[in-house]
Parts: sequence; structure tokens; C-alpha cells
Amino acid sequence: MSDKPIDLRVHKKTGPEDDPSKKWILRLYVAGSTIHSMTAIANIKKICEEKLDGRYVLEVIDLYQQPHLAAGDQIIAIPTLIRELPPPLRRIIGDLSDTEKVLVGLDLKPL
Amino acid sequence: MTKAKINLKPKSMPENRRQLPKALTGIEGLDIITNGGLPKGRATLICGGTGTGKTLLAMEFLLRGAMQYNEPGVFMAFEESTNDLITNVVSIGFDLDGLIASKKIVVDFVYIDQYEIVEAGEYNLDALFIRLGAAIDSIGAKRVVLDTIESLFSNLPNPAVLRAELRRLFRWLKEKGVTAVITGEGGTDTLSRHGIEEYVSDCVINVTVSIEERVASRRLRIVKYRGSSHGSNDYPFVIDGDGISLIPVTSARLEHKVSYTRVSSGIQRLDAMLGGNGFFEDSVIMISGSPGTGKTTFLAHFADAACRRNERVVYFSFEESSDQIIRNMRSVGLNLDHWVKKGLLVMECRRITQYGLDMHLLLAQKLIAEYTPKVVIMDPVTSFDDIANTSDVKRIVMKFVDLMKSLGITIVFGSLTPSEVQSESSSINISSIIDSWILLRDLESNGERSRAIYVLKSRGMSHSNQVREFLMTDHGIEICDVYIGTGGVATGGARLNMLAQEKALGLKLQEEIELRQFDLENKRSILDSRIAAMRAEFAAQEASNLKMIAQEKTRQAQLSTDRTAMGKIRNVDENNTHVKVKRKST
Repeated sequence: MSDKPIDLRVHKKTGPEDDPSKKWILRLYVAGSTIHSMTAIANIKKICEEKLDGRYVLEVIDLYQQPHLAAGDQIIAIPTLIRELPPPLRRIIGDLSDTEKVLVGLDLKPL
Repeated sequence: MTKAKINLKPKSMPENRRQLPKALTGIEGLDIITNGGLPKGRATLICGGTGTGKTLLAMEFLLRGAMQYNEPGVFMAFEESTNDLITNVVSIGFDLDGLIASKKIVVDFVYIDQYEIVEAGEYNLDALFIRLGAAIDSIGAKRVVLDTIESLFSNLPNPAVLRAELRRLFRWLKEKGVTAVITGEGGTDTLSRHGIEEYVSDCVINVTVSIEERVASRRLRIVKYRGSSHGSNDYPFVIDGDGISLIPVTSARLEHKVSYTRVSSGIQRLDAMLGGNGFFEDSVIMISGSPGTGKTTFLAHFADAACRRNERVVYFSFEESSDQIIRNMRSVGLNLDHWVKKGLLVMECRRITQYGLDMHLLLAQKLIAEYTPKVVIMDPVTSFDDIANTSDVKRIVMKFVDLMKSLGITIVFGSLTPSEVQSESSSINISSIIDSWILLRDLESNGERSRAIYVLKSRGMSHSNQVREFLMTDHGIEICDVYIGTGGVATGGARLNMLAQEKALGLKLQEEIELRQFDLENKRSILDSRIAAMRAEFAAQEASNLKMIAQEKTRQAQLSTDRTAMGKIRNVDENNTHVKVKRKST
């Protein structure tokens, strides 16, 4: 996406020891500061810190502010977390409070 | 796009007094049966099985709204991509691409792949609302289509959340004031598979495809329409190059104006059989006959005659292609091609099994509405028997006839009678609605067939009651003089034979007369000669008799002279003298 918003952006620098192909790009779509949204942001931050320390880019997009972005990533549910990289594309919907499912969904934990 | 107008507005349509505000769909028939369109600012559910045309119906509502009523629309597609939709509607004659470019329509394709999605916690459909809201606001949309929102159920987990969210969505749409159309897959027990008709309570339309005799017909029914009256039948519709066509024939009353104008059948002597002037121009004419009796030729004559009068003709043929008819009719001297090229004759040829009964009627009506002909020919109407049962055929044909009559169109049916069936009964039982019925039959005798025609009935005119023979010549149909002789009515070779026999008989009679006359003359001359002979004989006798008389007289005189002399000699007295004198004077 060319015009990346800078809203609530969390950027972690990748360490030199990391394989660039293992770099993770995640996008979280929320709508305003609802409980769902806030919970989701908190949850994904926690998981990223724990599992992907230094190997990820997380972008949080508020659709109320940028409604036109919803169509591009085919977002209908809120919150939606998209794993852009590594492929394949994954979508996780919900407030990410079920950590097990999030980990499975992100392929961070074998079933 | 110009949609042809058929004036079929039901007469009983109530004026819009305090009616629910409605949004015209632009699909004429649908606007009629809904009494003015879908509920404005509310949601309508169109449900039906796969391939019933619900997406197209929804799409046409949107497109016509944008084109005809200046109401821009948003099409949210859950099943087909934007490009697919553009391609699909091109096939029914709409330029979706152009409307998107001119910001009249927005198509938002919502792609959901259930295998990509994992649910991890609570969610809602805010993003969908935001997307839809953004699309609506971007063009100021007044109409929204969600096609098919039910696919959310198969792709997203947690139906309970979805139900709640859908309810919220419909409420939200109402608040937005847009007229929404939602499509739903037909379910087994419920109208839609996931029962969303429970949330959309304002108007529900069901579309179905039914298969009768292996032919599919599309039907549409308004299941409910809160706050409005509506047609409640199953209405047939078609999808073709002009989109959806639905023509409800509501007229069930027989009150069309009648015409006293007569039109020629194209065959002078047939006109003569019909009281000299042909048929009434708004009548229903049937030409029936067994195979090979020349029905099509009669119909072609009729078409030709109408074109000559500069009237437009629509010719529906269910058995022959137009080229075939044109070629065949050339052999009897009818150049139909000329009329086709001139634009006076439209030949619509299709196999009867191509569509269902309703479809045929609908397509016919559509063509007639477009073309406004004066004469409609359908050959053979009995073909409908192949695709539906008799009562359905009768119903449809009656509907059609009513419509044609109300438009003042002359309608001519060809009707095929199987050879083994009594020809006076029409196999589809429509005899009662026929005004003029011409029967063609073949007469077989002495090892040959000949064709005969008679007028079985012709309402409102005196007509011939004779069976007439007709010939197919290279300049058309020729109805022969009727032969009514001592041997009854004869046709074909028998007729010629009869004529020859009659001629021979005539000759013989003539001879006999001559003979008798000769005889008479003869007798007369004999008589004359006899009379002459008798006269001669008489004359001879007369002459001889006269001679004898004269001799007798001479003798008598001589005798008397002698006596006187004797008396003188003997001195006879005076008395004797007196007697002598008296005698002398006689």
C-alpha cells in the first residue's frame, strides 16, 4: 500500500542477525477506539513483543479515519489482523483475545 | 435504452393516495404488479435459488435507477467480481462500465475466503458498514444492492454475531434512507437459506425457475409487501437483450372495442366465401388442417395481403425457418422476402421447445410491443401442446388473444390437426375463442388426394357453406368452381371426370334431340306427301264424279227432250207440259 497512514504506528527495527525473508508485516484494522479495537491492539502488541521481537512491522489502521482503505484489503469485520508477510496471506478476525488461535492463525505455533 | 411501451396498466390501479413512498424499478411489469415500485428508503429481499436471475433483477433495479430516475446506486457484490458483473450486464444491454466511470454506480466487490480467515475473539461488521457508507457517500447513492449478503454466513464464523450484525445493517440502511435490495439464496423450508427474510420485513420477492416438460420458465412472485397492495400471482418473466421483461396480462374482461372494418384474406375467392369482404380486422382467425393441406400457404397469402395494404405483420413460425418459408412460398408466387426487406414483415422463427409457454407468450408480446403490427400470424399454434398441457395452453392462448384484441390486431393461427383426428375439433380446444375458422382438408378418392376448403364458422358475417376445392398454382392459391352435379360434390380428378361425363351426356342428349327432330321432320314430310296423295286422289275422284254428273245431266236432258218430242207425237195435255217446264228450271 503506497499511502500508508501513520496512525498508531508501531515500528520495530529489524536486528542485523535476522534473515530478511523472515521479516513480518502485519496490519491491524480497527474502527475508532472501541473496546474491541483497544483490546485487539493491546493483544497483538503483546504477541508481537513475545514472539516476533525485532522481526516485525505492525501497522494499525483506523477505518473511521481512512474508510477507503477497507475495500483495498477486503476488510469487512472489525478488528481484522492481516499477515501480509510472510506469505501466504492470513486474516484473523476478532479482538485477538484467544491467544492460542492467534498464534495458530499466524503460524507461530503448530496445531 | 428505450423500453417499448405496452399499455397494459391495470385499469383498477388505485391512485397514489397516501401510499407508501415507492422507488420505481424501471422494469415496467414489476412496477405494475408492485403498484409503483419497491418501498422507498426500505429494504427489499429478492430470494430464489441458483440461476433464478435475482442478481440481474437487483442489478437492473440499480442500473435503471441510475439511468432513468437519477438515483445513483451502490452494488455490493459478495459473489461476483466487478469485471464479471460488467461483462454479465453487457449481455443484457447495459453499460455498467460507463455508469461507473460517470460516477452513477459504484461496484464494491467484497471478497471473503473462509480458508484465509481465523476467528480469534469477538468481532463485528463495522468495516462493512464503513465501506458501504463510504461508497454511498462518494456518489450520493439512493439505492443499494447487497448481493448476496448471505454468503457472509458461509464464510464467516459465529452465525449469532452475523445475525445481530445483519439486523443492525438493515436498521442502519433505513436510517441512511437508501432503498436497498438484498438478495438471498432460496432455502428448503424458508425463503432464504439463513432466514434473513425475518429482518427484511418490508417487501419480499421470490424468483423461481420451474421446469415443465423439460423447458424452464422463470417466474416472479411478490411474497409480501407491507403497506401496499400488489399482484399476487406467479408472473412469468424473461431475461434477454433488454434486461428483464415481465408483462402481466391483467385484462380478464371482454370489453375491447370492436371494429367493423374488413380485411382481405389475400385470396379473392375466399373473401367471396366470407360474404365478399374477408375477415373482420380484429378477429381471431384459425386455419386448421391436417399435414400438407396448405395452411402455411394460406397464412403467407394473408401476410402478403396485409403487407400490400402497407400494414406491418409479425409472423411467428414454430416449425420452419424464415428462409424456408420464403423459399417455399416463392413456389406459389408469393415474394415474402420483398416485404421482409421493406420492413413490413418480421418473421420470428424458433423451436417451440426452446422456451416455456409463458416465455413464448412474453417474447411474443415484447416483439409485438416493439413492432406494433396490424397482423400477427402464429403457425402452428398447436405446437404449444408439445410443451404444456392443454388447459395451460388454452389459458395462455386466451390471454394472448385478449391482448391482441385489445390492441386491435388481427391474429391468424395455423392449427395442425392430426390426420386421424376429426378435423372439426381443434386439438388445443380453443375453438370457442376463434371468430373465423377456415378448415382445410384433403379428400381422398379414386386413388388421389385433392385439397378442399370450407368455412367452418365466421362470426358476424354470412359465409359460404360449401366445400370448395382449391389448387396450389404458381401464382398462389386458386379456389375452384364448385361442382355440384348429379353425382354429388366432387373434387380433383373425380371432378374433372364428372365434368367430362357431363359433357358426354350433354352431347348424347343433343344427338338425341337432333335425331328426334329429324324423325319429326321425316314424319311431317311423310304426312305431307300422304296428304298430297290423298288430295290428288280426291281431285281425280272429284273430276271423275263431276264428269259423271255432267254426263248424267246430259243424259237427263236428252231424256227429257226425247220425252217432249214423244209427247208431241202422242198429243200430251197441258199438265204434262207444266211438269216438263218445272223440271227444266231446276
